[in-house]
Amino acid sequence: MSAVDAGRRRFLVSSAGAAAGLVIGFHVPVGSRRAFAEEPGPAKSPLPVPNAFLQIGADETVTIRLAHSEMGQGIWTTLAMLVAEELDCDWNRLRIEHAPAAPVYAHTAMGMQMTGGSSTTWSEFDRYRQAGAMARDMLVRAAAAKWQVAPFVCRTKNGAVMHEGKRLSYGSLAAEADKLSPPATVSLKAPADWTIIGKPTRRLDSPEKVTGEAQFGLDVAFPGLMTAVVARSPVFGAQVKSFDAAGAKAVPGVRAVVQVPAGVAVVAENFWAAKLGRDALEVDWNLGPGASVDTDAMRDAYRRLSRTPGNVAAQAGDPAAPESAPPAMDVEYEVPYLAHAPMEPLNCTVRLDGNSCELWLGTQYQTMDQQAAAEVAGLRPEQVKINTTFLGGAFGRRATASAHVVREAVAIAKAAGLPVKVVWTREDDIRGGYYRPQWLHRVAVHTAADGLPRRWEQAIVGQSIMAGTAMEGFAVKNGVDFTSVEGVANSPYLGRIPVHRVDLHSPALPVPTLWWRSVGHSGNAFVMECVIDELAYAAGRDPLVYRRTLLAGHPRHLGVLNLAVERAGWGTALPEGRARGLAVHESFGSYVAQVAEVSLDGDQVRVHRVVCAIDCGVCVNPEGVRAQMESGIVFGLSAALHGRITLKDGRVQQSNFHDYPVLRLNEMPLIEVYIAPSTEKSGGAGEPGTPPIAPAVGNALFTLTKRRLRSLPFALS
Amino acid sequence: MKLTVNGATHEVVAPDDMPLLWVLRDLLGLTGTKYGCGMAQCGACTVMVGDQATRSCVLPVAGVAGQPITTIEGLGRDGLHPVQQAWIDADVVQCGYCQSGQLMSAAALLKAKPKPTDAEIDAALSGNICRCGTYQRIRAAVHRAAELLGQET
Repeated sequence: MSAVDAGRRRFLVSSAGAAAGLVIGFHVPVGSRRAFAEEPGPAKSPLPVPNAFLQIGADETVTIRLAHSEMGQGIWTTLAMLVAEELDCDWNRLRIEHAPAAPVYAHTAMGMQMTGGSSTTWSEFDRYRQAGAMARDMLVRAAAAKWQVAPFVCRTKNGAVMHEGKRLSYGSLAAEADKLSPPATVSLKAPADWTIIGKPTRRLDSPEKVTGEAQFGLDVAFPGLMTAVVARSPVFGAQVKSFDAAGAKAVPGVRAVVQVPAGVAVVAENFWAAKLGRDALEVDWNLGPGASVDTDAMRDAYRRLSRTPGNVAAQAGDPAAPESAPPAMDVEYEVPYLAHAPMEPLNCTVRLDGNSCELWLGTQYQTMDQQAAAEVAGLRPEQVKINTTFLGGAFGRRATASAHVVREAVAIAKAAGLPVKVVWTREDDIRGGYYRPQWLHRVAVHTAADGLPRRWEQAIVGQSIMAGTAMEGFAVKNGVDFTSVEGVANSPYLGRIPVHRVDLHSPALPVPTLWWRSVGHSGNAFVMECVIDELAYAAGRDPLVYRRTLLAGHPRHLGVLNLAVERAGWGTALPEGRARGLAVHESFGSYVAQVAEVSLDGDQVRVHRVVCAIDCGVCVNPEGVRAQMESGIVFGLSAALHGRITLKDGRVQQSNFHDYPVLRLNEMPLIEVYIAPSTEKSGGAGEPGTPPIAPAVGNALFTLTKRRLRSLPFALS
Repeated sequence: MKLTVNGATHEVVAPDDMPLLWVLRDLLGLTGTKYGCGMAQCGACTVMVGDQATRSCVLPVAGVAGQPITTIEGLGRDGLHPVQQAWIDADVVQCGYCQSGQLMSAAALLKAKPKPTDAEIDAALSGNICRCGTYQRIRAAVHRAAELLGQET
């Protein structure tokens, strides 16, 4: 293995033997960008095999190893496009794999191996293109040496190097190329020369996902593997007082009943036996303070808090200066706890040997999971091997700093002395916490004679997602968790209001909270875009014109706003009983405007059409971005129309899709997506489609009914 | 008991009330059929019993002994079934977890109604939840599959 400097990056090129062909790996030193003290630093010893991002086989296959997890967002295809753009390989010979957990695969900006924050494409835009360019450079030099010509006279196309009618395939060159020293620098194609980036490209993972061959965490199987189902605390934070395993052990197929910190696990030969065993288990709990959590009482407490000073998240002018007039508007908005409810319930498979631990799961957080497994197993992180399967949806749920799913599974495998697959039932998953926080906002606005806001006071109350995690240090500053105020504290509207103040209260509660697709934006965009709409109507102005006035100087907001309203036919007549609503919001570096067209069927909200415009900067795969806008809108609609987790006496009152409904096909609107051409840095796509849909629908409902609905999910009765 | 899955007969030792889903997944190793809710709410576990789309997560295995069961693994006997090809053409899948169930429901619908309307597609597939929100593409893909099936005959 050798290392050379290529710009800021240190590349490692290793040979896994001639048969393996050309192997390209490289390492991004995390250095000052390191986010966490305990995160692994640059590799000090040779990386485990396979360590590469890219491997070209003698059989012409190009294997690309992904540092990020495919959870539906399409990076299986997008990252391959980045490599292929520079490599000029045969698109039909690509093989994609998830990388193992190793420091070399750390996120280029976050410093640990993870998938989240709608960051995969922009954070890998250089690294995966460079990997492709390095490989191409070495293949060209190998061919040029054979032909005894200068490398620069050679061309590459579709998996081969060519010169004056001669052609050598990459596979035939791979072994020779692997012996060459890697380039010190590579130059990347100019955007004008791109042939793959920007071209709508179908997904590479479709074939295995339509045949049932794709392997998800729940599908892992090997001889001797047991299934465990766990009796967890009925309220958050409860401890096992005692349990009677007799009933569980009487179920045929049950092999062990073990107590672990999370509860009592029934380990059996298959899921059904484990589940029947769990049902037959009797557990007595010390409930603790979690038993008093009540979401109605929380709302009252949040309301009181919103009237008191909190930690200041944004401020301008002198908000303490006395005002003679009451605010033109003084309103409260609320959003509930939400479960992610990915289609594949949580699960984790563990096999422990004396000095190794192997995990199989769909995870967004390999580094955190590896460290947690090592801690519980009593091993070093490098002794923990993680096999990342496909993720059956995630939306943030498979990225927990506590790594609680993995910790529990390793503890069970250790206690039972058996390899286990821990399966969460749907009820376990819905009731398992790690919810999008319940939030309450109070917004008081004074307006000027022209109806535009001149003084804006906002209080946000809700649990901090980051507090108490390893991320607290960089995410919580002066008592402000940036995810609680994102989209408010940095709102383009606030920036132009001479006097404003945003206060944050982050009460601590036993209910664990977590990022849920678009994190703080999921509630904050609803509040901001509805309040702006309220102000527009109060001023007697068209909400589009009002926004255009406020967003002067924000060309990317205006660009998507104008694109969306034009395509939606804003201002044109609609059939009787229908109305349009508008919202625009920036999140994760992308700007999205949506126009929703709604009607009412009794008390039921029907959304007929959503026109969505996005400016995500350079768009690598327009087909993928369209799919993510559709996906984000549906996810947001599920929450806007149906989603609510409530607790009473500490118990979560929902359990499955009958009482935690999500959008179904018969409720699906027509969605049209328009992508604004842009040469700006790429932004995200996985999350930015979600924030604008709830306010777009809420604003349409106001136009239709003249009723302003300030809490989610929308309820007209 | 004897189970006929994808044309093959298996001798299965299982409690009568064990849901077919777990027999398929844990005893026969056919993991293409997915667990999503365990109460026939989400459709991830959809298989065909005869020509009928059926939720296998609440179906006691003893009730279908001897009946022809088709799972996603057996849907395309010779290469891809037209619904599978249509799903690829329409770039439907995202995480992919629910898609086995969506495909089985779609295939069953097309057996009963070779040219379904949007309303018929909605009625037949609204029992299949997709959290990634691929619904619009599913509708398009069912129409596409109907075309492909029409060309076959």
